[in-house]
Amino acid sequence: MTETTTQKPIPVTVLTGYLGAGKTTLLNRILSENHGRKYAVIVNEFGEIGIDNDLIVESDEEIYEMNNGCVCCTVRGDLIRVVEGLMRRPGRFDAIIVETTGLADPVPVAQTFFMDDDVRAKTELDAVVALVDAKHLPLRLKDSREAEDQIAFADVVLLNKTDLVTPEELERIEATVRVINPSARIYRTQRSDIDLGKVLDQGAFNLDRALENDPHFLDQDEHDDHVCGPDCDHDHHHHHHHHDHDHHHHDHGHDHHHHHDHAPSPIHDVTVQSISLRGGEMNPERFFPWIQKITQTEGPNILRLKGIIAFAGDAERYVVQGVHMIIEGDHQRPWKDGEKRESRLVFIGRDLDREKLERTFKACEVQA
Amino acid sequence: MPTVAPLDLEGHVVGVAFLKDIPFFAGAAGTIHRLDQGHKTTDLHDGLLSLAYDEATDTLLTGGEDGKVMRVAPDGTTSLVAETPRKWISQVAAGPQKAVAYAYGKTSYVRLADGTMKEFSEERTVEGIAFAPKGLRIAVARYNGVSLHWVGMAGQPIDLEWKGAHTGVTFSPDGRFVVTTMQENALHGWKLDAKAGAEARHMRMTGYPAKVKSLSWSAKGKWLASAGAPAAIVWPFQGKDGPMGKAPLELGTRGNTMVTTVACHPAEDIVAIGYEDGMILAARLADSKEVLLRRPGKGAITAMAWNRTGRQLAFGSAAGDCGVVDLAG
Repeated sequence: MTETTTQKPIPVTVLTGYLGAGKTTLLNRILSENHGRKYAVIVNEFGEIGIDNDLIVESDEEIYEMNNGCVCCTVRGDLIRVVEGLMRRPGRFDAIIVETTGLADPVPVAQTFFMDDDVRAKTELDAVVALVDAKHLPLRLKDSREAEDQIAFADVVLLNKTDLVTPEELERIEATVRVINPSARIYRTQRSDIDLGKVLDQGAFNLDRALENDPHFLDQDEHDDHVCGPDCDHDHHHHHHHHDHDHHHHDHGHDHHHHHDHAPSPIHDVTVQSISLRGGEMNPERFFPWIQKITQTEGPNILRLKGIIAFAGDAERYVVQGVHMIIEGDHQRPWKDGEKRESRLVFIGRDLDREKLERTFKACEVQA
Repeated sequence: MPTVAPLDLEGHVVGVAFLKDIPFFAGAAGTIHRLDQGHKTTDLHDGLLSLAYDEATDTLLTGGEDGKVMRVAPDGTTSLVAETPRKWISQVAAGPQKAVAYAYGKTSYVRLADGTMKEFSEERTVEGIAFAPKGLRIAVARYNGVSLHWVGMAGQPIDLEWKGAHTGVTFSPDGRFVVTTMQENALHGWKLDAKAGAEARHMRMTGYPAKVKSLSWSAKGKWLASAGAPAAIVWPFQGKDGPMGKAPLELGTRGNTMVTTVACHPAEDIVAIGYEDGMILAARLADSKEVLLRRPGKGAITAMAWNRTGRQLAFGSAAGDCGVVDLAG
């Protein structure tokens, strides 16, 4: 139950990544850097966090399946309890960081912040950040699905330990990450050294901000052959704290684009696919039942989905996002003069039927 | 007309109690306040998580983020019961003969009066502990059910299974029923004297719009009051099958806010109902008659306790506005 306060929800950042990928190093950076913010950190083991901080809480991963017959509706019971305890004493911290174990599935962590009413009332998921060990990723992808899931589910990927691989290897690794998750922001790092502004306060699950911040959401194709130099951190289109939404670098009409997708991938050991859909103006009476049905039937196969929908006769852009069967949407802002009114939707998941999604999405368009 | 003596504290109030008729208020930051010829405070924990009233000794048990289990006497003196550095003591319970149960992680501990420690491990995290009304026995709420352990015996626990996460547990005062609160908006109950496997053994109490975070048995144990709805939901337990097939009472229904805390009167079939907006009503089970005890305040009511005579009710809120209601005015 919510308390009768007007307190702003506390942002929560989730750190995922395999053992040895650099999570603890990043955490130590966050806790020791002089940024004037206080963090409560929920860890699985106190381990090697070298910083004296009263607000490091140990918590055993505890998965709850919800009794609604949906196998993908899982949450983290331990987080519900710890967050409830922490939120009884607000004012001690400005934000929460959840560090997951190397093998953790990021989905129950994220879903906790949508499915538990108490947690949802007081906190807001800010972003899922995945650390990837550039040297060992190919091996990880071979032996575990978790490594792939963590990348597929992330908003920000830190391609870490880049000093341990050759430039060619790095290109290949980054291309692999991009195939698994075309919409994540990727940064190359060594020893988890990153401007914290690129990791924290991302608003990746905030409907207003999520899609604005997403450099690859619209025009993946331009970036497919975009090869970055060593100093390039893919930050060309990232705007800090911009709430006015004045910039839409990607919106300058690319009429030549058609539906495209990145799956099934030619890269070995990648099982996640992303499917990008484009269409014209949509009929809400078709679109909503369609997206409901897709998320109900395909929910277990959908890791993330994001989209901007142009509804016929609607002066505002409609944004949607989802995790498995959870989907939420809202009007975002008016369409601008000259902005192309088209609908776009990206699914990241497994075993998705591209042809069927394209066809049924198209069928939601307003008939001329 | 009831009168309210207010006490304005800062922060979330975890629990309240009367010790020797002195009202005690426990804040989440770890300070205990008492109204004993003036407002007095004791700094007890760095972060207080759990609290239980020990009726047998008229003391208070608390567990903290500092890993300590403490006992508080009516004069405000405190003693350390147990300590495990860096663990959050999320559960405490008071048992017979000064036994204390507490838990962190997947283990429950019972400390007997002579200092003997007993340990009970679960496969999943301990989310609630309760002592049985008779005999040295504990119920431990955990994922997929409840484990019943005899403290003095080493044997296998009795497992009461029900799929889902059980977040709290209570015995009925006659010891015939065990009831849990769940992660879903529901209660689950087991009839202990039914044959294992019998359908009548399970009691599903559903239909709540929110999670149930407060339960209270009526004076003679004939009713179980619960929060989690716009009214206090009060289940009948006087029959041999408990509430099975019976509808609960709905008391103090309000359209625009939720019940967050319930506390049954120590003698009469009356329940104090605390709401999300800070209002408190008292309602009589027999005829649903209501009396306003406190107008809405700053925060949701998080704790209530009656004194022994049932003339005074102490309360606390999520925003720190506390007080004592005197029914006689």
